[in-house]
Amino acid sequence: MVDQNALENDEPLLVAKSLSKSYGRIAACREVSFALYPGEVLAIVGESGSGKSTLLQLLSGQLAASGGHVSYRMRDGVTRDLATLGEAERRFLFRTDWGFVHQDPAQGLRMAVSAGANVGERLMAVGWNHYGRIRDTASDWLTRVEIDIARIDDAPRTYSGGMRQRLQIARNLVTEPRLVFMDEPTGGLDVSVQARLLDLVRSLVAELGLAVIIVTHDLAVARLLSHRVMVMKGGRVIETGLTDQVLDDPREPYTQLLVSSILPP
Amino acid sequence: MNAPAYNFAYLDEQTKRMIRRAILKAIAIPGYQVPFASREMPMPYGWGTGGVQVTAAILGPEDVLKVIDQGSDDTTNAISIRKFFAKTAGVATTTATQDATVIQTRHRIPETSLHANQVLIYQVPIPEPLRFLEPRETETRRMHALAEYGLMHVKLYEDIARFGHIATAYAYPVKVNARYVMDPSPTPKFDNPKMDNCPALQLFGAGREKRIYAIPPYTQVVSLDFEDHPFEPYRFNAPCALCAAENSYLDEIVTDDKGGRMFVCSDTDYCEGRQAAGHHGSLSAAPYKEKAQERDHG
Repeated sequence: MVDQNALENDEPLLVAKSLSKSYGRIAACREVSFALYPGEVLAIVGESGSGKSTLLQLLSGQLAASGGHVSYRMRDGVTRDLATLGEAERRFLFRTDWGFVHQDPAQGLRMAVSAGANVGERLMAVGWNHYGRIRDTASDWLTRVEIDIARIDDAPRTYSGGMRQRLQIARNLVTEPRLVFMDEPTGGLDVSVQARLLDLVRSLVAELGLAVIIVTHDLAVARLLSHRVMVMKGGRVIETGLTDQVLDDPREPYTQLLVSSILPP
Repeated sequence: MNAPAYNFAYLDEQTKRMIRRAILKAIAIPGYQVPFASREMPMPYGWGTGGVQVTAAILGPEDVLKVIDQGSDDTTNAISIRKFFAKTAGVATTTATQDATVIQTRHRIPETSLHANQVLIYQVPIPEPLRFLEPRETETRRMHALAEYGLMHVKLYEDIARFGHIATAYAYPVKVNARYVMDPSPTPKFDNPKMDNCPALQLFGAGREKRIYAIPPYTQVVSLDFEDHPFEPYRFNAPCALCAAENSYLDEIVTDDKGGRMFVCSDTDYCEGRQAAGHHGSLSAAPYKEKAQERDHG
């Protein structure tokens, strides 16, 4: 059993091969290749317009690539090209084995229905049909993301920004996905709330062995969460490596500029 | 006099063919909403333009038509639609559920069980059961196509979380033939069990939203629920004040401004049939009828 797990962890979960995307003459993403292993946290950093978000959408199958492909190892152990999945399979993958945390919680949550139903929706979508069990699981997850159980029947529009973001995380993790995409999850939050959220994400990732692809322009977030960093500029990956290696000893002039632009604490 | 001003049953033959094609498709895919080119009818949207078009498309000269509105044969909506077809198609009309071959209804299913030679036509205001949870039409269509109905349970979950029980009392979502989730139009959930395995053909027409859907005879119709909160039909806990029926759907009628009220069958044909058969409740309809007659004559 242990050997089996070790074997499984040896194979990449998600592989991107020379991914490209162009909008007319503008190339938003050029020849991006990498492999992501189970339990690994990969940060994609770069300035606005460097192609980070486009890359995230390509990886999560929300956008069709102009060139190259993405393959994913499904729960049954078979690695498949995302472009060959039917729409039903892709949507099923999206609400079971994947999570997607948006920068703006309003995009990832149903703002008008209660927090409990927000967390329970994925469970009901995969056929859970017992109110008591759905509610228990939802309250369990609200506790894990440090939301007061007394607020379970309140709609997220009555929540603060930080609570909304934590609720969004709970909603995504309830089906125990293996891979979570995060698009600037701390954007728009104040510094103390950011710190709490990062702390929470870090402990959940370690606890659940999640693989995460996180897009951020904040190098501090990358340093805190990720094992590996990919630096993007003009649609290309210009530098990649272990987080401390890239951030403490940057090779490329652009990365050096990026790192040196952080104010010293 | 001379040449009739209208084609039989108001609509022209090409329009009727178009509607019939939509109906056939709807019957072939139970519960699926078929788009159709809804026409302007000589009545406002919300008065049953969808139901009227379906009725016009299937009506034949031999048919006997019954029209009910909230169970009643004698409200404005029911009378005007009945007169409309009496005038434009010259078909026989009736108020007796048993005798009708085509029944157009708004918000009720008759209490008398339907038989195999009947067609029940519902007027539908909003055909999309997922509408208030997912406003995008492109998205709801995709959800139907992929049978992703988790969202429907989110609505029921919200009901239980807020009220302690499933508080949806009308337009209660059903699953037809174990495939499509369907809005049964705003009928009370009391009527939901009547749709299951019904010998009559059930057609649904939404004029403004331009959709037709159907439940073929003897089709399984299941009301959605949770294992620990099963579906329960709702009825006021009282007998009918006029015919003492214990198992019919009741209307609550306010009789004065001192809190007086009475419960009577919403299905007037069923109630009158029972009274004629000798069943009497705590109140009698006779004095009201006499007063109405006095007013008419005096």
